[in-house]
Amino acid sequence: MNETSGNNTVVEVHDVRVAYAEDLPPVLDGVSLRFDRGDVSCIVGGSGCGKSTLLKTIIGLVAPRSGDVTLLDAPIHDLAEVERDALLRRVGVMFQYGAMLGSLTVGENISLPLEMHTTVEAGLVRDVVETWLERVGLAGTADKLPSELSGGMRKRAALARAMVMEPEVLFCDEPGAGLDPITAAGIDRLLQSLNERQGTTIIVVTHELLSIERLDGRLVMLDGGRVVYDGTAREARDASRQDLDLFFHPR
Amino acid sequence: MELTLSVDTDGRLRISGACTVATVPDGTGVARRLLQESDRRHITVDLSRLTHLDTVGAVWLRRLPAIAAEAGKDLELGEAPAAFGNFTETLSADPEEPAPSDPDPVINAGLLDRLGEKAYAHVSASLSFLYLASDLTWAAVSALADRRGIRRGTFVEQATRVGADGLSIVAVILFLIGGVSTLQAAAQLRQFGANVLVADLLAIGITRELGPLMTAIMVAGRSGSAFAAEIATMKFTEEIDALRTMGLNPLRLVAVPKMWAMLLTVPLLTIMANFIGLAGGTGTGVLSLDISPATFISRVQNALLLKDILTGLVKSVSFAWVITVVSVFHGLRFRGGAAGVGEATTSSVVSSIFAIIVLDLVWNLLFYLR
Repeated sequence: MNETSGNNTVVEVHDVRVAYAEDLPPVLDGVSLRFDRGDVSCIVGGSGCGKSTLLKTIIGLVAPRSGDVTLLDAPIHDLAEVERDALLRRVGVMFQYGAMLGSLTVGENISLPLEMHTTVEAGLVRDVVETWLERVGLAGTADKLPSELSGGMRKRAALARAMVMEPEVLFCDEPGAGLDPITAAGIDRLLQSLNERQGTTIIVVTHELLSIERLDGRLVMLDGGRVVYDGTAREARDASRQDLDLFFHPR
Repeated sequence: MELTLSVDTDGRLRISGACTVATVPDGTGVARRLLQESDRRHITVDLSRLTHLDTVGAVWLRRLPAIAAEAGKDLELGEAPAAFGNFTETLSADPEEPAPSDPDPVINAGLLDRLGEKAYAHVSASLSFLYLASDLTWAAVSALADRRGIRRGTFVEQATRVGADGLSIVAVILFLIGGVSTLQAAAQLRQFGANVLVADLLAIGITRELGPLMTAIMVAGRSGSAFAAEIATMKFTEEIDALRTMGLNPLRLVAVPKMWAMLLTVPLLTIMANFIGLAGGTGTGVLSLDISPATFISRVQNALLLKDILTGLVKSVSFAWVITVVSVFHGLRFRGGAAGVGEATTSSVVSSIFAIIVLDLVWNLLFYLR
């Protein structure tokens, strides 16, 4: 059973500033946000607005120049390596291009976190992997290499890998980017069902309008490294603001 | 389709025909000549007879006033035919002045500044290397007691790739080197009637030096480069990031099995290489030097000391260590795209061979300096 934090907040970002070099303009400039348990949130904005950097900062891959990031009640950037690894086992991340390990089969990729972090017996691991593959619509692909899958299939396999440890919070970087509308919709449905059936908190970085509408949750819009909107997707669509109007009704 | 430039009787520059990517390269020279030859200060350009226009052509037209200014003329573009209305914006836009570029700190800096920057970069890289070397060595040693974070089967997989798969090429090279060493030694020793000492020289040369050194160089080129390319590609495809977000240590999962595979298989390869090198040398000696096989082998046996074999093995363990650390270091330092993977691979091989030779010198000074 997962250890759950008593606090209802899963992610808290306070006045975070990120720049890839001291002499470069900041990618994130004073971003403060809070994500609550059980919510579905979309972080949106144009290319280069800092969405993916925000996600990488939250999961500890990019260190902020200033500000605080708290993930599941722990200051992720101040933790020792062992503590951070333990914290990240409670988190799932689906990368933009899947980031499946090319030298392992799909099944080995999905079972990797279970093998490394638990003592679940091999037979049970195989069954769990098959169950997840069925759930993401990839039954029978366990022995294939990631390179033998299409882009959409790789992303679904990556979703299965991200979910196999039953994380409390799932981060997805552009889950629908580069996919046909039917596959993208399928991934959104999967995310929704994970949220509804398992209560997984889902934070999605995207710029796909259809995806935002399908997930129909909270919407955080970034522009120039700052939060310019924080509310629901429905309110944003109907808001009489030029930036939101341009985003939802591009002309 | 041609681009035609001419000056009419009213002094106007008439540009007619196709003003496109295919025609404008020849047009600049003609335009410059016509503008210089014109005796008018103010020239208008008649575009009414243009038949084709594309973006390159429109941008070229927009640059004409600047070309005219070089000749001290003032140029005014006329209206393009209505059919090219979609290029109106391009034609009428102010030519962009190139932004004053920031002075390149490296190019414009003084010699001392440049030296300082280079030195800082090298010191910084050296510190990173030392940090990684200690981190990886500790991870490899601690993995003996605690196998968490290391996938079952990866050590055997890596050992097979480095050792078994590399054996044939190492064997061929050492066999040939044994033969060549024998021939070269014989060419010198024959002058003193000391042919029989070729066997002694071969035995010492192969076990102390050529066996470990050539094996390490072959492994650096074959397996070290593969390690660097694999890790660089994993970085490129975000696999290293994915491992981190799964709470897995990429060093333990990816690099430690490689380290142990190298530490085990390179000495084994070296032992095989010694035997095969001696076999190649013995075969060549027997066939070309008129020495009986029994005599040659007996001389080899007499010349061989356990110390020589052991020092060769000590060297090979250190070579294995340095090849792994250097290749992992260059893999993790990867920047950029596909070219970066190639660069990481090349740097890994070059640095590994350099490090192997430096280490070899250090060991020789320690073992044989009197």
